Amino acid sequence: MIELKNVSKFYKTVKAVNDVSFNVEEGQTVILLGTSGCGKTTTLRMVNRLVEPTEGTIFVNGKNIQAQQEQELRRGIGYVLQHTGLFPHYTIAENIAIVPRLMQWNEQKITERTRELLEKLQLDPDKYFHLYPDQLSGGQQQRIGLARALAANPPVLLMDEPFGALDPVTRAGIRKEFMNLDELKRKTILMVTHDVQEAFEMADIICLMDKGNLVQMGKPTELLFNPANDFVKNFFSDQRFLLGLQSITLNDVWHNLKEAPANEKAYAVDPASNLLEVLEMLSSNNSSITNYVAQNGKGSKSVTLPVILSAFSAYKTMEGHG
Amino acid sequence: MDERQQSLWSFMWQQHDKLLDQTLAHIGLTFTSLLLSVIIGIPLGIWIARKRQWSSWVLGIAGVLQTIPSIALLGFMIPLLGIGAKPAIVALMLYAFLPIIRNTFTGIIQVNSSVVDAAKGMGMSPSQILFKVELPLALPVILAGIRTATVINVGVATLAAYIAAGGLGEFIFGGIALNNSNMILAGAIPAALLAIVFDFALSKVQNIQFKKRRSGIVAIPLILILFSSFYLLPSALGSSMLAGFTPEFMGRSDGYLGLKDKYGLKIRTVVISDAVMYKAAFEKQLDVISGYSTDGRLKAFNLVVLKDDKTIFPPYYAAPVVRHEVLMKYPEVAATLNRLSGLINDSIMTELNYRVDYLKQTPEVVATNFLASKNLLQPSRNGNKATIRMGSKIFGEQYILLHMYSLLLKGYTDFNVETKTGLGGTKICFDALLNNQIDLYPEYTGTGLLVILNPKKEEVDKIIGSKEQVYDFVKNEFKKRYQLDWLQPIGFNNAYALMMRKTQAEEKHITTISDLARVIDEGK
Repeated sequence: MIELKNVSKFYKTVKAVNDVSFNVEEGQTVILLGTSGCGKTTTLRMVNRLVEPTEGTIFVNGKNIQAQQEQELRRGIGYVLQHTGLFPHYTIAENIAIVPRLMQWNEQKITERTRELLEKLQLDPDKYFHLYPDQLSGGQQQRIGLARALAANPPVLLMDEPFGALDPVTRAGIRKEFMNLDELKRKTILMVTHDVQEAFEMADIICLMDKGNLVQMGKPTELLFNPANDFVKNFFSDQRFLLGLQSITLNDVWHNLKEAPANEKAYAVDPASNLLEVLEMLSSNNSSITNYVAQNGKGSKSVTLPVILSAFSAYKTMEGHG
Repeated sequence: MDERQQSLWSFMWQQHDKLLDQTLAHIGLTFTSLLLSVIIGIPLGIWIARKRQWSSWVLGIAGVLQTIPSIALLGFMIPLLGIGAKPAIVALMLYAFLPIIRNTFTGIIQVNSSVVDAAKGMGMSPSQILFKVELPLALPVILAGIRTATVINVGVATLAAYIAAGGLGEFIFGGIALNNSNMILAGAIPAALLAIVFDFALSKVQNIQFKKRRSGIVAIPLILILFSSFYLLPSALGSSMLAGFTPEFMGRSDGYLGLKDKYGLKIRTVVISDAVMYKAAFEKQLDVISGYSTDGRLKAFNLVVLKDDKTIFPPYYAAPVVRHEVLMKYPEVAATLNRLSGLINDSIMTELNYRVDYLKQTPEVVATNFLASKNLLQPSRNGNKATIRMGSKIFGEQYILLHMYSLLLKGYTDFNVETKTGLGGTKICFDALLNNQIDLYPEYTGTGLLVILNPKKEEVDKIIGSKEQVYDFVKNEFKKRYQLDWLQPIGFNNAYALMMRKTQAEEKHITTISDLARVIDEGK
């Protein structure tokens, strides 16, 4: 869906982005991760031609973006910014309708679409339709920013630190909400963040960048357990344990768990939950029931603290060598 | 206080036609210039917001324009655009540039960059970004600039009266020249009110909500254009010839009022400053001007004085005024100074003034050369019998006279001479003489009569037509009241005069003011 081929961007002698190539498949979420100044935002902005590459070619939807009229190209790509970039002189409804209006949809269709999006984002259309952005909280503004990007149903979405301006609590909440949004699940997304936690939660594929170079690209667990070099290893060293627990689900370690004995009183655990969630659940229990059972199509397994920890370390060893 | 308000109201009521014309012209001037400034300034502001490297240049130049004193800026415009509305509008427009360009620039660059980035990223074209995002968001700042410019322009537009562009300055400067406070207030109060009203109205526009402002954006240019058109209304009808008179001349009974009464002169008039009047006549911007009959610029600009055949202008013959005590003690002073009597007529004095004012020769050189040509130049005797102290007012003609007296006294007597030039105006010279700080200074009969003696109107009317009677009257009264003697008149009459270009006057066979009045009547 998005394809970068040997893309570079030089500012005079500085190589902001150096020979970067990757693909984002349809429906995938790819996250450009790195410290500030690593070239991740420049890479993102080259996709909708806010920055023109010095070398290389970029394809969106199979078409070379240089061959397209830049405004046409941008109208077909949703764009979410860190500081929302909402127009302060437009109402919420007008903000959401910007791209549909540019594409000359009829007014009725625009109104319907606007209301639909507000409802999906759990903002009461009757209440918010005519408000101005400065009357909304930061989290609400960020949701309107997303609604605006989604309004014209673009197949591709670019997100530049979409939660960067929010406080940690709001950030986690909005992130969850976004991830659960059906409309977003179908999109091909290229997103920039410097937040490792966020990248692990949201990414199908992470591209770790440093000094304009693409250092490693792969699934979160690949980067964590099979780092390409010391830079990658060090990048996650602070949070390695937590990230590890977080990126592995019960399903991933299913064969290392023990069969559950038949027992009447047991909590059911979702086999898709990650190990961190399971540990949190185990440690916060204060009722008399101490049995936990996960069940999927292959059978039911009992979930206890020692079993989870040994399954985790077995998985790590296997990944690291495989 | 009460009486004064009464008379201010009655003055304004009497003059309401003129007041209305002036107010409309004032509004017209202010808004025409503002409109032009907006039309040029806003795009310029947008341009420098795009090309930042030019911003310091453009803002710098606009800033320098603003620092030029307004009257000087108007002066600069005259060689380029002549007199009247054109130079005034251009000058006012230049004044309004700085706040308008700067605020447009500031307004646009302070628009949140992530908003512009979002607009771009969503696929808006550069012109859509400008008109839908940048300008609406910059509008409060731009409006503040327009508001500042409006208030500045209402104020500066009063000066337009100096270059014949009309406006409330006509009353203000006329009032100052005539020491008529009602006239000053009749111009100043409406001008202040205009500033307050426009400022208030624009502050209201500035505070309108985003939504409604969209229609406001359309309304503003329309209002500007409407107000601008006011300027075109008054300058209707009138004679083919145009006269430019100083504010003072316009209001005096021995000036424009007398011309209307006694000659029935019906000429289209504009008010203009003395400083630019002669040049404007020369450049055919004006046909008739009010001036002084011995002014050097008469010659410089090839103008002729029209004969005052019905004698409405009082005579201003120059003669030395001397303390009687000095003449008693040293009678030879009178005899020596009287050698000059009858030697200098109007055209000779004009020529001498021309050399000083225009050819920039020093008064000493001009005085020396003139005396030499009349065989009156004697080498100085370096005498020290006594010191004669002489004073003069602060302009070229008086300096020349004083140097002549000085040369004569040194050459023909044994007196030593001390000169105090530049004693300001009449009042200062006269007081110095009375208080025995100087012994003599050159004075004009008309000034002696109207400024110093200031007799009753009936008395003035009786004698004003005859130069001899005026001279006799001031001579006798000065002697009686102040123990001051008028010596014999030098010969020239530096009075008010109407002037025309020599070529035009000859072509139309005009030599007197009556001729002028007739030609204008026939022309209609």
